[in-house]
Amino acid sequence: MSPLDTLPDHRLTQLQTLEAESIHVLREVAAESERPVLLFSGGKDSIVMLELARKAFAPARIPFPVMHVDTGLNFPEVLEFRDKRVAALGVELVVASVPDAIAAGIVREEPNGSRNRIQTPVLLDAVEQHGFTALFGGARRDEDKARAKERVFSFRDEFGQWDPKNQRPELWDLYNGRIHLGESIRVFPLSNWTELDIWGYIAQEEIEIPPLYLAQEREVVDRQGMLYAVNEFITPKDGETVFRESVRYRTVGDANLTAAVRSTATTVEQVIAEIAVTRLTERGATRGDDKVSDAAMEDRKKEGYF
Amino acid sequence: MASPETPVDVHSAAAEQAHDLAVARKDILRIATAGSVDDGKSTLIGRLLYDSKAVFEDQYAAIERASHGDYVDLALLTDGLRAEREQGITIDVAYRYFSTPRRTFILADTPGHVQYTRNMVTGASTADLAIVLVDARKGMVEQSRRHAFLASLLRVPHLVVAVNKMDLVDWSEDVFEGIGDEFTAFATKLEVSDVTVVPISALLGDNVVTRSANMPWYQGASLLHHLEHLHVASDRNLVDTRFPVQYVIRPQSDAFHDYRGYAGRVAGGVLRPGDEVQVLPSGLTTTIAAIDGPDGPLDAAFPPMSVTVRLTDDLDVSRGDMICRPANAPQVTQDLDAIVCWMTDQPLQPRQRLGVKHTTRSVRAVVKDVQYRLDVNSLHRERDVSHLGLNDIGRVTLRTTQPLFIDDYHRSRETGRFILIDESTNATVGAGMLTPPRH
Repeated sequence: MSPLDTLPDHRLTQLQTLEAESIHVLREVAAESERPVLLFSGGKDSIVMLELARKAFAPARIPFPVMHVDTGLNFPEVLEFRDKRVAALGVELVVASVPDAIAAGIVREEPNGSRNRIQTPVLLDAVEQHGFTALFGGARRDEDKARAKERVFSFRDEFGQWDPKNQRPELWDLYNGRIHLGESIRVFPLSNWTELDIWGYIAQEEIEIPPLYLAQEREVVDRQGMLYAVNEFITPKDGETVFRESVRYRTVGDANLTAAVRSTATTVEQVIAEIAVTRLTERGATRGDDKVSDAAMEDRKKEGYF
Repeated sequence: MASPETPVDVHSAAAEQAHDLAVARKDILRIATAGSVDDGKSTLIGRLLYDSKAVFEDQYAAIERASHGDYVDLALLTDGLRAEREQGITIDVAYRYFSTPRRTFILADTPGHVQYTRNMVTGASTADLAIVLVDARKGMVEQSRRHAFLASLLRVPHLVVAVNKMDLVDWSEDVFEGIGDEFTAFATKLEVSDVTVVPISALLGDNVVTRSANMPWYQGASLLHHLEHLHVASDRNLVDTRFPVQYVIRPQSDAFHDYRGYAGRVAGGVLRPGDEVQVLPSGLTTTIAAIDGPDGPLDAAFPPMSVTVRLTDDLDVSRGDMICRPANAPQVTQDLDAIVCWMTDQPLQPRQRLGVKHTTRSVRAVVKDVQYRLDVNSLHRERDVSHLGLNDIGRVTLRTTQPLFIDDYHRSRETGRFILIDESTNATVGAGMLTPPRH
């Protein structure tokens, strides 16, 4: 038995407050929703969310499965990490495969090679097949202007669509997760966390992360000012020069679209220092898919995206 | 597009300092603002975000491109939805995050018009502090009174009246004092314990982050300084022990064969192992055997911690039950008397049946009576009303199918509140704040 290392006067630190809030949300859904599932991408946010789920139900196992929407364009390090983590926690893993959906004719490959858009129907199909009623996502409100307006419990219709003008009022911490048959809710336990909170928590809790997040020398090409590491999905085009550079990833999305940033941060502490002095948002810095328009995220969410 | 930037020198003194600030142990202050575009609310928030360096270069470049006129329109930082940008209005609550070396802030940015009262109530429901914006040229108007009233209704413990656009009244002390007096006179009708009035210019930054050189007559702190130093530790109820059971943890594994824990969030008071407790509705008493926190056993738990409580005796306890102290229990009742904010087009009226969610307990209720409707502008009580319409606030009595374990909202925000749910649409249609029982 030990005192919690809080601030004076029975006050919690910001990470203790956020942790308590997220655990409350995870338990509320587990108690009220018939068949929840936790979306796990192997990225830092979903890693933190999975760790919070572990804590919320300890010493019991996490009482719901974990789902990965596999675009077939994953960094191998991320898949390896996913399998290791899921095995350690003893949770069931559901894989919703975009390549399988393409093969089955459910979705069609887009000409630009991005599977960002077509992963939405694959996700919705898996939700329907498995009868999931609540989906935990690791999205944060500080990521994007549309996300800043979304509720912690985000109601979606039978097509997974978000209606930003008709959101349920969300009062205090009294969440309303009621749905009709066929509908679902998206739940964002990390809504109030910022990028720095996530990293601060990873450092504080010594949570393991895929090595992609830390700097190392990688072979890269420069495409329109963004650095892409050469891998099985990124091959140098004519006229592109491959050079070695110390880089790391700030976000981990599809391997054919996620750029790396020049960095010498080889530890989590150094990553925190780097982010704290950096002046670009993580999505602005590394995600080709969000640059289409100012309302790109809002439009994708309306179609059922996370 | 710019070429890839040079990497941050993570070994520099500046980086080390930034790291230390980022991981410093701070608390969180939750703020609600209300206002319309005309008040300069978006500009004020943009200013707080920009001056506290919560705005990134790519975000700033985007609003610089979108700004018309002589200066960068900081208000554009906060308009999130396409319809909001197109119509130049704020529709829904948006949450913003910024921090200073002393504190982290979560700001609920809500629209100000009367038709968005429900959004304002949503934003204020979680706030420690509300900022009411007043245009120095116009003084207290209907909207500023309504915002102050809603904040007091929701029991937001601290209120700041930001008298904005001081640059447009020649930084006049007389104008500022006049508005301060006007507000003080109005506030006597409200239940707010802590009010601070600050003269600012959100557009020019005066008294937002740093003290203004244009208003030497003002002796108080800048707005941000006030937000950073506000004392909030005594806002919570650490007296009345309330632990609504949220989820029962039973590992059913060999290692934890006999483990039976009651998970939940502490709603009030301080729980300690060894405490004698009572479980409602059974009324049985036992003692706390152990409290498990996110990182292991704890010697105390208090709001807003999420913990798991283990009891000495093997009682039948499930979700929706309440753990309290035998000598200090909430009221157990099926009759609710509450101020309700109604949030949907279909009116609230007697004989209507609704879902109720109070702490972790969900029941049904029938509306017995609508006693009065409050005019949110004049605070006048209109009696002889048959219903509450969208955005109306009034006093309502309800009868529930099962007892709830309630407290007066004035004493315990956590156990004195509930939401109303339309069971056919599943929409959240009302927010209720329980009032003291009548004697």
